[in-house]
Formats: sequence, structure tokens, C-alpha cells
Amino acid sequence: MKRIQRSIATLSVALTLGMSGLAYGQELVVYSARIENLIKPVFDLYTAETGVKVKYLTDQEPVLLQRIKAEGDNTPADLLLTVDAGNLWHAAKEGVLHPVDSEVLTKNIPEHLRDPDQRWFGLSVRARTLVYSAQRVKPADLSTYEELAEPKWKGRLALRSSKKVYNQSLVAMLIKEHGEAKAAEIVGGWVRNLAAQPFADDTKTMEAVVAGIADVAIVNTYYFGRLVKKDPAVPLAVFWPNQSSSGVHVNVSGAGVVAASKNKKAAIAFLEWLSTEKVQKIFAEANLEYPANPSVPAHPIVAAWGPFKQNRINVSNAGEFQAVAIQLMDRMGYK
Amino acid sequence: MRGIALLIAASVAVPILVILASFANPEPKIWRHIVDTLLAELAWNTLTLCFGVMAGTFVIGVGAAWLVAMYDFPGRRMFTWALMLPLAIPTYVLGFVFIGIFDFSGPVQALLRTICSTPLGWFPEIRSTGGVVLVMTLALYPYVYLLTRSAFTTQGKRVMEVCQILGCNRSEAFFRAALPMARPWIAGGMMLVLMETLADFGAVSVFNYNTFTTAIYKAWFGFFSISAAAQLSSVLLVAVFLAVWIEQRFRSKMRFGQVGRISEEASRIRLAGFSKWAAFASLAFIVFIAFLLPGAPLIYWAVASAALEPNTAYQGLIARSIFLSLSAAAVITALGLILAYIQRHTGDLLTTWAIRVSTLGYALPGTVLAVGVAVMIGLVDRGLMRMGEDLLGLKIGTLFQGSVLTVIVAYAARFLTIGFNGIGSAMNRIPKSLDEASQLLGVVGWRLIGKVHIPILKNGIFTAAILVFVDVMKEMPITLMTRPFGWDTLAVKIFELTSEGEWQRAALPSLALVVSGFIPLLLLHSRSEKAAL
Repeated sequence: MKRIQRSIATLSVALTLGMSGLAYGQELVVYSARIENLIKPVFDLYTAETGVKVKYLTDQEPVLLQRIKAEGDNTPADLLLTVDAGNLWHAAKEGVLHPVDSEVLTKNIPEHLRDPDQRWFGLSVRARTLVYSAQRVKPADLSTYEELAEPKWKGRLALRSSKKVYNQSLVAMLIKEHGEAKAAEIVGGWVRNLAAQPFADDTKTMEAVVAGIADVAIVNTYYFGRLVKKDPAVPLAVFWPNQSSSGVHVNVSGAGVVAASKNKKAAIAFLEWLSTEKVQKIFAEANLEYPANPSVPAHPIVAAWGPFKQNRINVSNAGEFQAVAIQLMDRMGYK
Repeated sequence: MRGIALLIAASVAVPILVILASFANPEPKIWRHIVDTLLAELAWNTLTLCFGVMAGTFVIGVGAAWLVAMYDFPGRRMFTWALMLPLAIPTYVLGFVFIGIFDFSGPVQALLRTICSTPLGWFPEIRSTGGVVLVMTLALYPYVYLLTRSAFTTQGKRVMEVCQILGCNRSEAFFRAALPMARPWIAGGMMLVLMETLADFGAVSVFNYNTFTTAIYKAWFGFFSISAAAQLSSVLLVAVFLAVWIEQRFRSKMRFGQVGRISEEASRIRLAGFSKWAAFASLAFIVFIAFLLPGAPLIYWAVASAALEPNTAYQGLIARSIFLSLSAAAVITALGLILAYIQRHTGDLLTTWAIRVSTLGYALPGTVLAVGVAVMIGLVDRGLMRMGEDLLGLKIGTLFQGSVLTVIVAYAARFLTIGFNGIGSAMNRIPKSLDEASQLLGVVGWRLIGKVHIPILKNGIFTAAILVFVDVMKEMPITLMTRPFGWDTLAVKIFELTSEGEWQRAALPSLALVVSGFIPLLLLHSRSEKAAL
């Protein structure tokens, strides 16, 4: 019995020492829905500059959120990084994120790309736009997301599954703008115009346009960027919809400080660093996205698509209207 | 003994109970939406999928097992192991490869478009019910094949001799004697297939095919309600529970023994002429479409994208995948053996039910089960911390959270049924008289297991261990959610790439996973060839 007690005591001391090591802030823990390839270069740079080690775990946002909740006060997580605003909105609503009052962040990140209550901040912008066949469609024929519901697009539209959060956010924004009845009409029109069953990802959706099955698709720009990178001659082009109305639908990849973090100061410093110009460039370029910080230019491939007007409705609305959007898409038979 | 059974059962049943506890937090709105707008489609899709996959795996699995166990024809030895290989390919990988080959942008349709000038309206849509059923059947039939083959080869040839004496022809002998006698094995395999099909999310989402599991994820990821997701999952649990219960009730009055020892080689019937080549061709076709056809593009994509992943340390990913799979296989087969032994000796109702509950985890979507495990570990850790403070006056950190132990517990909660099924049905073949004889000689308790049962069960245990190994290799959601820092595995890498739609880049880790998975399968084969028992 003595021996057991002693070994428990030793173990505990070791663990306590381990824990206090964390408390000195030499290490930060990030739970990330952004994949390793896209975050590791940035984290490595931070370690090189400041000596602070950044540990991370990747998974899908809702799972990371559940992990933080199950771990409760013992969670090692300091920062939650996601790839859409809806999940950040949800994490904030669940009380998992800590409000951050930072001049640097409010200066670097535009208002519509961060939480009105400062619990999370967008770090890169993902524009969901139209990509069309350069051979079969004239840009003059295109105008808005709404117009893709018109009969002239029958059998010509390619969409990704409604289960992807990007489409849920897009429809959520349509609901916010037009109300549910009008949004339902638009979604119903899209479904009638589909050239094929919705695809599992944006790349397959665009490949259907390349294959001649469909003429126009709604996708995130960086997926198009990847196609262009692989094959510069791909017969597709970007169109910026809704330029004379609400603007292109944007979402963010962003982060917030975990409420149970024991390292909040260090976590905030890291978050601020992520919003600075030099880092923004690396962060966005890794995935051919738009930097959230407006003073940072985009990657040349991305810049080549030209400037566009963003929808300025706060991206947190995507989370608020998400459930309504999903129900609407289910009712209209958008799978 | 009953205590041990209950303890094991409890530790894997708690996560399941956590899920059932979600009913404390009702979600009427989400349920109403699902019932009103989705249920008809989901129920129909799920039923067709289950029925189709079970029918397909039954025909292929049992048919192939019967051919290689009972007949001799060209290539038989090769087919005994080649037919197992698709087991190493995760269902979601098989899914994305099939879509890559046959969908609009794939090489087949592209080629056809350049040949014919007319639109390819006649080309079957791969992203359809038929497509999902095909892919899942090809990925899952090895479970049925593997278990049924071991049943047929251990049945003993005297059964067939008796049939011949009674004047049955071969097909009568098959349907009236061999098939009913192999029932526990076939049922065990089919149960695994059913649960695997019900819990699958990876493959169906590649096909954008809506099943009950899709609704579970929709409730969680879309409606942000883990409670509703857990409640929907309980419906799956109940369905599987009923299926298991009905199947067991039907055969509760039956006893399965072994008639004489086996001398395999002598008993095989040599096929001649047309039937010889028909057997060869049908098995060759299965191996081709389930393994070679998807294997070729995997290799092609892996080579093409290898240069894109220069910094990925594949040795580390492979080593961690193998380490986790081995540890899980060891723990789960040990637990399965203990449970099977206890079930044999204490037939009381409580034990039986405890075992039933603890082997249900396989029917749950991995992520949902993982949440249950995470909640349980959190509770245990907080309890231990409080105890540490109260009893020892020490502040201790978390012991289980973020440790490899958590991952293994989660795997056990999910895969215990594989360990238990494989070993349990092999245990059925040991006649009670053998136990009685041993007891008369004073060999009882643990010594009975060690000296008498384990030697006889060797093959069953080995098969169960390999199945667990391969399953853990392929497992994705539990590994993702419960892994400690730095414990990325091949499946994690595949998840990261596929979540970004980078299917072709995912080919390299997929290929590494398939290769690491089929090495133990080949081991299983060489072992089962040697063991004549």
C-alpha cells in the first residue's frame, strides 16, 4: 500500500510539474479544423520568432467543440480555429470562447468578419462565387445567385451537397436578405435546374462543368485556384455575382480564445500576431484564400480574378440562420 | 466471474449509456423536421442499402467460402487469401476510387465521350443506390467470407459423408446440412456487415447518399444538437439490438458441435470441365473488381501526388497506425475471450444482457460513440482528481484524458463485438463434454482456458485479432476525436486530405494503409493453411 501511495505521489508531482510548465506559456495548444498542411508553416514561424511552441490537433469543428466541452476545465486547448463562421458562432453561443478586447484585432480585421461580441475573429476570407464554362457561357449571361433559379439554366447548374456548411451559409444569407419564402423559391429553382445530383465536394462540382455535364457551378474560389494551379488551361472562369446588389457571399476561416484556457494572454498575443500583415499573407496564400486583413494583397493567382464587392452582412448571421437554411433546403429537395 | 463480465461490460457500455442519456434533453423541433421532411427518404434508403448489402455479402461471402473450402480448382490456394484482401481497403476509400473511375469526370466516361459523339445518357450513374450497394458489398463481403470459410473448414467431412450416405446431392448437402451448421458464423459475419452498413458515414457521404446516419450528422453538424444526434443514434442501437436478439432467439435451442476432426485436403471435391473454369472465373471477377480495379488508380494517383507531400513523415504515421491497431487487437481479443468464456459458463440473464449491451458499440457512428467515451473519460478524470485532493492532499492532473489509454478504451467500446463474435462462435464448437472431462481431471477455471480452450480456439482468436487489427487501421472518427497530441495516423492524414476534396492526394496514405493492412491478412492466411484444426 505504501508503495502504491508513493508511486501515486511521484506521478502526481510529475504531472503537476508538467502542468505548471504549461502555465509559463512556453506552449500553446490549438484545436484546428484547418488541416495540418495549411497551419503548420504558420505555427512553425511563430515558434521561430517567439520561442513559443504551438501544439495542435485537427478534426472537424463540431467534434473539436464537443472535445473541449467534454474536457471541461481540464481542456488543454487555448485556441479554437475553424473554417467557417457558423461553427464559431455556435462555439461562442455555447460559452466556449472568451471575449477578446484587442485594438490590434479590431484594427486588422474588418467588422463584418468578426463576432460583434469579440469572441472570434476571421483570419481568411473564402468567397463562394460562380465558376462557369468559358466555352459555353458568356459572362454577360450571368448576374446573380438568384438568377441561377431562372428556367434558362435548366439542366445546366452543378451544386455541391447541401450538407456542406458553405452552402448552408450561402442559403442562410439569402434568407437573411430576402426572407424565407423568397429564399425557398430560389433554392427550389436551383434544384430544378440541376444538371446532376449534387456532388460531394467543390472540385467534383467544377469537374462536371469541365466534362460538359453542366455549364455553371457555385464554389469557393480556392478550389478553383487549385484547379488552375494544376492545369492553367482549364476551360473555366470566375464570375463575381450580385455586384450591383448585395455582393459576393463570403465566409471566414477564423479563431477564438478558449474560455477554459489557462494561457489566455499568450493565446491573445498569438491571435493578434495571426492578424498582422506578414502572417496574413502566408496564412491566406497557403490555401489561395483572401486575407481577412484588407491591407494585405492576395496571391497572384487569386488577384488575377479581379476585385469584387463583398457581402457586408456580418458573417455570424450564417450561424444564426443555419438551422432554418438546412430545413429549407431539405423541404425543397436539395440533397 | 459474473463480476468480471459486468465490469468489462460496464466500461464499454458507459459510453453507450451516455448516448442514451441524451433523452434527458429533448429536441422536439429537430425530430419534427426529420420525421416530417426526411424520414420517408431516409428509411427507404437505409433499408434498401442494408438489404442490398446484406444480400450481396451473403451471396459473395458464403458462395466464395463454400467454393474454396469444398472444391478444388485452378487458383484455389491463391483465392483463399486474395478474397480477403478487400478487407484492407476502407469503405470510404473504395467509394472515392469508384467515383473517381466511373463518374462524369473519370477516365471511363471521358474515354467514351471521345469515342461516341452522342451524349452518354445511357451510362449508369455511379452515385446512386446501386453504386453505394456495390461499393459497400465489395468492401464488406470479406467479413462473411472469412468467418464462413472457417466454419466450413472446421465442420468436418463426416457431415458431408453422412449426407452422401443419405443420398443427398451436393446442393442438398449444402442447403440442408452445411449452411444450417455454419449458421452462427454466417450470422456473426452478417451482423458485422449490418452494423458496419448502418454506422457508415464516410462512404455514403462520398456518394451524397442520405441514410439514417446522415441524419445523425445533420442533427449534430447542421442543427448543432449533439443531443438530437445521440437520440437518433439510439434508434440505430435499438434496431441492431432487436436484430441480434431475434437471431439469437431463433437459434437459442440449437447446439453446434464439431463432427470429427478435419483433414481438409482429402475431402475437397475436384471440379472438372466447365464448372472448374466457372469457379475460377467468378472468383477472379470478384478479386478483380473489389481489389485490383480500385488498387490500380490508387497506385497511379499515389505516384502522381507523392511529390506534393514531401514533408509528411509517413514512417511516423504508419508506425502509429500499426501500434494502435496492435494494442487494440491485443486488448480486444483478450476481452472477447474472457466474455466468451464467461458466457459459456454463466448463462444467467444479467450476464447475457450485459454482454449484449457491451457489444453494441459497433452499430453506432464512430464519432457519436467517441463523444460518449470523451464524456466518460472526463467524468473519471474529474473523479480521480477530486479523490487525489481529498485522500492524498495532492493536486493531480488528468490521467486518462489525452492519453493513448482513452483511444484504446474507445476502440474497445466500438470493436468488442468483433473479438467476441469470432471467439464466441468458435467456443460453440467445443463440446461441453470436453469441459466435463477436464474438470474430472482437476483442470478448472483459468487453467481450463489456458490448457484446453485456447489451444482449440487458436484459429478463432487469431482471426478475431486480425479483424480487429484491420478495422482499427481503417477506423477514422474515433481516432480523430480521442487521439493525443502528435498521434496522427494514416487514417487522420486521409481525413485531412479528403475533407479538402483532395481525393487524389489521399491516395498515398490510403495505399500505405491498404498495404499495412494486408500484411496481417496474408499472415492470417499462411497460419490458417498450416493449422489443420
